[in-house]
Parts: sequence; structure tokens; C-alpha cells
Amino acid sequence: MEKSFIIAGFGGQGVMVAGQLLSYTACETTDKYVTYFPSYGAEMRGGTANCYVVISDDPVGAPKVNKADYVVCLNDPSMAKFKDAVAPGGTIFVNSSVVTIEETRPDVHVVKVDAGSIAIELGNPKCLNLVIVGAIIGYTEVLPAENVLQTAFKKLGAKRPELNPINEAAFRRGWEIGHAAKEANA
Amino acid sequence: MAEKIFMKGCEAVAETAIRAGCRFFAGYPITPQNDVPEYFARRMPQVNGVFIQGESEVASSNMAYGAAAAGVRSMTSSSSCGISLKSEAISWMAGARLPVVIANFQRGGPGIGTIQPAQQDYMQATHASGNGGFRMLVLSPSNLQEAVDMTWEAFELADKYSRPVLLLMDGFTGTMMEPVELPEPLSEEQVAAIRATKTWAARGKHGAPEQHKVMCGPGLDTRISQMGMNIEDDKLYKTWQTAEIDYEDYLTEDAEVIITAYGISGRIAKSAVKILREEGIKAGLIRPRKVYPFPDVAYEKLPLEKLRGIVSAEMSIPAQFATDVERVVHGRTKIVTALSSGGEVLDRATILDAARGLMK
Repeated sequence: MEKSFIIAGFGGQGVMVAGQLLSYTACETTDKYVTYFPSYGAEMRGGTANCYVVISDDPVGAPKVNKADYVVCLNDPSMAKFKDAVAPGGTIFVNSSVVTIEETRPDVHVVKVDAGSIAIELGNPKCLNLVIVGAIIGYTEVLPAENVLQTAFKKLGAKRPELNPINEAAFRRGWEIGHAAKEANA
Repeated sequence: MAEKIFMKGCEAVAETAIRAGCRFFAGYPITPQNDVPEYFARRMPQVNGVFIQGESEVASSNMAYGAAAAGVRSMTSSSSCGISLKSEAISWMAGARLPVVIANFQRGGPGIGTIQPAQQDYMQATHASGNGGFRMLVLSPSNLQEAVDMTWEAFELADKYSRPVLLLMDGFTGTMMEPVELPEPLSEEQVAAIRATKTWAARGKHGAPEQHKVMCGPGLDTRISQMGMNIEDDKLYKTWQTAEIDYEDYLTEDAEVIITAYGISGRIAKSAVKILREEGIKAGLIRPRKVYPFPDVAYEKLPLEKLRGIVSAEMSIPAQFATDVERVVHGRTKIVTALSSGGEVLDRATILDAARGLMK
């Protein structure tokens, strides 16, 4: 089983950290093969940034895919660029707090996550990416949720342990949304 | 077994170099290999090594030349157009017979090119990385564990033959992250012992009546005959044709179609072979791990006349690697190419379609 992800958004939305959380969890807590490939321009903040993650039971071929099983779009420019990069039967996760472009393909599932608003409601807009990671895990079950959370504590909590509770709350809110979407599709 | 660490390619190469006893690195910034000098800048002081950001590619590669002349395991890295600038010093290293490891994280070209990954420096890497007709052993990893293993091997080979060795990476293998197991580092005693074996190195007279040492090859060093040196090098390169052949041979025994590729394209080709096998197409893979010397024997031993054909895949337009495959195969079977360039990843579907086309 091989699952590919494209995670895209503005620089500063935590796109790379979201991809790395999935990747580190796969590397450090499972026997799966994993690749992570970042792609960004020269901009520090406000430019578009995206990363590619492939998690597989077998050695990974290309670390960058043209069609992904799961595409995550955190803003409109990413939606415009990547909404056609979802493989048929795949799923697109949309940060519905700011994304206005609609995915209209009949062969693609859409999971809307009001990640920006949830993050603000929880008290820190920066935890938007944890909401999204939670939704990805709740929906795809590609990795054990508790492992992802532990990796978040280990990697993010190392520098900012005071953010662990809010990161956990963000992850769990996202997980509920992803899990509910999966149940609805089933 | 060593711990599995999730690392970026550039950092895995730099860390392995330090573990292999590299104590001098000089570089100059260029995407997509900036994580190499950044990593060395942080790590070298911890091992009493030297990191220098030179004022240019030309300067930094000449610094690596100088450090090697002093007997230190020495390295420089760059990307494509930066390697062109370093080629002057690389040729001098070959002329002076100095062991230096050079890493090229290939990006687009010609000229400044895009910063995106590519495999467009194949000819330069394997045939002419500078003036004078010298050759280098060229190691090209498909995944980051291989990048680690080959970095270690590159330092061993550089010292073994006392020649520059090229690690042919690309923007993908440089910037992607993947789990790796790192080798145990050499101890300071081991690093010193390796340096001590290099009795030819210039390390100052320290009061001893030692002979004046010159390391610049024929021309400036009048004791060496130019033709004599060229003949010796030619002999050495010929020994590489048997001693240094290195390739992966995967499911070729009953294969009707062969996919061949190196570096980043090699791993994509291998995943294509698996899919073709599931479709019932008997596909196999030839993947050179060293692209110089080219593993002619890998293709020679195939039943070429009985094959449906070979798909040669690479991230270069026009094809470069394929010309070496054509040279060996010499019309004995059909060769088709699956190509991309300009930062576009080689799509596995392109390889699959080419292979399916050969079966029709």
C-alpha cells in the first residue's frame, strides 16, 4: 500500500511542518518507507510553499508525484494549482476558512476543514497545521493518531513545551472532522 | 543495527563526510545544495575541522585542492553551473593527483538554469569535468541510504587512487528527506592515521631536511613528463573498467523489456518494473551505481537480440545517459527514451507507456 500526499499553502502556514510530522512519525514509529520533498520559491513568507510526502509498505519510487492520493490546500493559490493533482478517487482537504475555489470533479472527495477559524478559536492561529494534520489522520488512518501526537510533542514540544496542550487540542479537533468525513463517505 | 534517522540528503552527505574523516570543506552558496555548507558550518568546529565559505566557486574549489595537498580529507560541493566554475580546480586536482570528493547536486541547465532538480550534467560528469581529458569515478545514488554509503565510499576511493571523485547527486536527492542509517564515525586517531599515510603531502618541514614538495602536475613540475603521466592515467582508467564496475541488476534473468536509469530516475524506474511485472510484462532493471566507469558488462550479458527493447530513462532533454546505453547496445535491440527536464519529475507513467509500447 502506497499513499501520496501534496500539502500546499502560503509560507508561514506550517505546510512543511505538517508534512514533516507525517514523515517523522512514519520513520520513527513504524516500519513503513517514507519520503518527504519540499518545494518552495525564494519568498520567506507569503509565497506559495508545498511539500510531497509518500508513505509506503515498499521502497518509494518518485518522491514527487504529479497525481496524489491526498491533496491538502490551505489557500486559494494552492487550490488553483493543485485541485487537478488529485488522483481519481482521491481526496482533497480544504482549509475552508480561506479557500473560496470549489473542487467540482465528481471523482474526488472533498473534506472541508475550517482549520483557520478553529486555530483562532483555540487561541493560536499557528496551530492551523495541527488541525489539518489531525483531519488527515482521522480520515486516512495512514498512521496511528497517538504516534503522530507523540511526534508533535517530541519535535514541536522540544522548543515550545507550553504549546503542547493547544497542539493536542488542535490535532484532536481536526481528527474528529476527518473521522466524521470518513464515516460519512463509508 | 544503527538507528534509523530521518534526514535531508544534503545533510546526510555532509554528516557522512565528517564521519568518514573529512576535516576540510570549502563551498559557495547555490540552490539546491545550500544545506551542505550550512551543515558543515555548524559541524566542522565540533570536530576541529575547517569550514570556509569562499568568495566564489573558483576560490572554494581551489581551497579544497590546497587542503588535499596538505593530506586532509577534503570536500567541496555545488550545483551544475557552480560545478562548471569549479571545473578549473577539479582539472588541477586530477593533474596533481589529489584526493578530493566533489558533490554535484544537479539542477536545470544550460547556463544558470532553474533551481529545480535535473540530471543534465551527465556528459560533463562522466566525460569532461574540466580540461585535459581526465576521468573521475562518478557515484550516483538513487536513495539517501545509498547517498550515505557512497559518500563514505567516495572518500575511500579518492584516497585509494589519489584522484578526485565525483558524487553525482541531484536536487531531489539533495533536498528530499528519507530514513538513513549512518556509519560509525572514524575516531580522531583513525583520521590522523589516514593523514599520516600520505607521505607525499605538504605539511611543512618542521625543521627536517625534507624535500620541497610540488603538487601541480606536469607543466609546472618539470620532473614529470606530460605524456608519461597521461599514459599512466590511461592505464589507471582501464583498470577501473573491471575493478570499479558497480550496478544493480534487478529481475533481468527472464526479462523481455529492460528499464535502465541512474540516480533519482533509477528508483522511479525500479518502481515501474514492479508495476509492469504485476501487469504480466516481464520487465527488468539495470541501474548503474557508478556512471563512470559505465557498466558495459551489465548490458553485454543480456540476451540483447531476444529483448523487445530497452527503455532508457533520465531527467535530461536531450538524452545523455542514453548515449552510453546506445554505445554498448550498438543496434542489437531497440532503445526508446523516457525523459523529463527543467525540474519536472520523471513521471513513472512515461516509463510505463514506453515499456508497454515496446511490447506491442
